[in-house]
Amino acid sequence: MNCRLAICQINPKLGVVADNLQDHHLWLDRCIEQKADLALFPELSLTGYILRDLTSEIALTLDSTEISELVARSTDISFAFGFVEHSRDHRFYNSTVFAEDGVIKHVHRKVHLPDYGIFEEGRYFAPGNNFTTFESKHGRFGILICEDAWHLSSGWLHFLQGADAILIPVASPSRGIENSDMHLASQQSWHELCAAQAKFLQTWVVRCNRIGYEDGVLFDGESAINSPMGGVVASAHQSEEELLIYQLNSDALKRARVETPLLRDAQANLVRRQLAIISNDPDLDNLLNDE
Amino acid sequence: MSSGIPAPPTCNVELAERVLVGFLKSETQRIGMGKAVLGMSGGIDSALVLELAVRALGADNVFAIALPYRESNPLSLELARQGADKANCQFSVIDISPLADAYFEQHPELNEGDNSEARLRRGNVFSRLRMTALYDQSAAINGLVFGTSNKTELLLGYGTQYGDMASAINPIGDLYKAQVVALSKHLEVPSAIVDRPPSADLWHGQTDEEELGFSYDAVDALLHALVEQRLSNDELLALGFEQDFIELIRARVQRSQYKRRPPLIAKVTGRTINLDYRYARDWGT
Repeated sequence: MNCRLAICQINPKLGVVADNLQDHHLWLDRCIEQKADLALFPELSLTGYILRDLTSEIALTLDSTEISELVARSTDISFAFGFVEHSRDHRFYNSTVFAEDGVIKHVHRKVHLPDYGIFEEGRYFAPGNNFTTFESKHGRFGILICEDAWHLSSGWLHFLQGADAILIPVASPSRGIENSDMHLASQQSWHELCAAQAKFLQTWVVRCNRIGYEDGVLFDGESAINSPMGGVVASAHQSEEELLIYQLNSDALKRARVETPLLRDAQANLVRRQLAIISNDPDLDNLLNDE
Repeated sequence: MSSGIPAPPTCNVELAERVLVGFLKSETQRIGMGKAVLGMSGGIDSALVLELAVRALGADNVFAIALPYRESNPLSLELARQGADKANCQFSVIDISPLADAYFEQHPELNEGDNSEARLRRGNVFSRLRMTALYDQSAAINGLVFGTSNKTELLLGYGTQYGDMASAINPIGDLYKAQVVALSKHLEVPSAIVDRPPSADLWHGQTDEEELGFSYDAVDALLHALVEQRLSNDELLALGFEQDFIELIRARVQRSQYKRRPPLIAKVTGRTINLDYRYARDWGT
């Protein structure tokens, strides 16, 4: 892969899709000016986060005029954005679209919908059902939307499918004021999570968080890119809109995987058999006979 | 209280300052407003909110108002003025005595000073008259009323519903009293205010801790263990909290839940406001 990546750390308006669409076009203009190959927007970037009953009201179908016009911009730059997807059968998904060459290349529907603490996603959204990696002209990508990344199995599936980079659009409500360093406790968890995923999945991890407040809840930015060795190579500020640009490349991937060949040694079939045992899979006998 | 109970919750003061100032700025400006009114009691909570408010909106846009009754402790007014002077914002005084006395004249039972029920009712009347004046003043300047209730008093229900608990937005409602103290020192609230024993100034010589029957440090530690850490009774006892104290506080928190919620609405339709008609307040901004 060789990809000049742009993280768009924006502050969407809550429930005002028209304004957010306009904003996306302006940010894409900036990314194109900066000669970026790929732009990443946060989770639910077209809608804002605390949607509640707005969820069904502001949802868009993949073939809607709004989405089509935005996707058309991808003739100039590949990009991923978030919105509420209204499916043909009237389910609503927390989705991220990856657009490239004027078409929708991939849609990831958020699988893990939190509904604990301040979260209410399980009440409003239908869950996605897969973590599928896809090929872009800039590399092989997997998408995890926010909570998806907290389940380590999600990133591991992208790892097994050979992802060069995991894109993580985020709208993370910040909390935890007792930390001794300058991050809210929830942000600290994100730093640790992304460092660990990048290091042990040996991929680029690109996290795009939003900023701004909704009903007193802060989304604290600090979008970042972790290299396949784990360390942060670029990061955005807290609480400010920011365009963060960084060049991703294959060399770092190769270096990490030569040094410690975790992908080569992953033993997916062993995990598959163990999962079958744990979940009482009816095909268990066949799986064991495969050995 | 037995010794050895946990320390009250701490607070990264620089972090808290950034989050709370950003909150005031965002939640004010997003609805097209840039000004704020707040009631200055002479105590630490309102002095802290004032410091946060001037950082968020600029001193010229913050209007600190003291609202004494003729029997209020003169020191309260003096400290309110000191807090406003330090913050360099506009300061005014609204004497609520004529308003309160006009009401008390019609309800003479409220004038029996030693009667605790009368004392409580008088305190609530003062608090709601102050609210009335603050909301009117906020309309006059096209601003918002900033709240000054901290998390400890909100959890204990130690406040007057639709009185001092009323506000448009509240930057310190998620900070325990000990965190309010730490942040106030960081923002250089005058030490005469920080060091003064907390008092609602409802009657002569009153202090919060004497009226409540326990110290803020002790109740902060317990509330933190109960609310943030969700500790069981056995775990609380093992930490050194006494059973009577645990039960007293649990009961207070539960009994005052109504004060922290909007009024109940009898449900008869399919979409009842706040039950299943659910939108964020920041909807559309």
